[in-house]
Amino acid sequence: MSVNYGSKRVVTGAHYGLRDWLAQRITAALIALFTFIVLAQVIFSKGPIGYETWAGIFAAQWMKALTFVVFVALAWHVWFGMRDIWMDYVKPVGVRLALHIFTIVWLVACLGWAVQVLWRL
Amino acid sequence: MTELSKKRPEFRNINAFKDLTTYRLPLAGWVSILHRASGGLMFILLPLIVWMFDTSVSSEISFERFSSAFSAGLGFVPGWLFKLVVLGLIWAYLHHLIAGVRHLYMDMFHAVSKEFGKSSAIATLALSIGLTLVLGAKLFGLY
Repeated sequence: MSVNYGSKRVVTGAHYGLRDWLAQRITAALIALFTFIVLAQVIFSKGPIGYETWAGIFAAQWMKALTFVVFVALAWHVWFGMRDIWMDYVKPVGVRLALHIFTIVWLVACLGWAVQVLWRL
Repeated sequence: MTELSKKRPEFRNINAFKDLTTYRLPLAGWVSILHRASGGLMFILLPLIVWMFDTSVSSEISFERFSSAFSAGLGFVPGWLFKLVVLGLIWAYLHHLIAGVRHLYMDMFHAVSKEFGKSSAIATLALSIGLTLVLGAKLFGLY
């Protein structure tokens, strides 16, 4: 059996072991839970959903805090997914690095924007 | 020699248009590749999603802009196309969510039999496509 640990380890780019796998699933569960919380508030609101009802869902402090956590979880989750896609299909290291950097910039920019929207509500 | 230590064959000459289209995937394979495709689509359209969040919650005036994008369009994009893109996002989110729950369920209960793989794949596709059609009909004002 060929050695693939210690100094002989073949480095392919992902973190090894349980951490990323677990983080991907925990962030996914958080996003799913959040989806159902927002959906429940939309479904059980009375009357047609206008601006007041919709913005009201995100106005409560606990909801802001939760939404913030889910935004961070979402960005992190997307990072795992996109990193895996680039690692599977893009083999040249330079191109892959460029795509990784693009992914991080794209995600952090969107995250900053979303958080700004949330906290000025 | 064990299975693992054998050098696995590598195929680098797969043509995306000539070869990939001839592959026949089992339903679980479709759920898998669509999980990836839907995730990628939402990543690319993330700025649009944040824009919709921004305009829909920021103020009454921006909310008007948000809703008029669906009826009157947005910039050079006509309303129907905007709706179609949003419907694409709705499908992507539904598929990704349901296929993700399937993953979590399999992780938790080790339900990885061939039969469960197939039946849960059918359920995932039926639910995500069905809900997309129902919500799409609502989006395009059919009811």
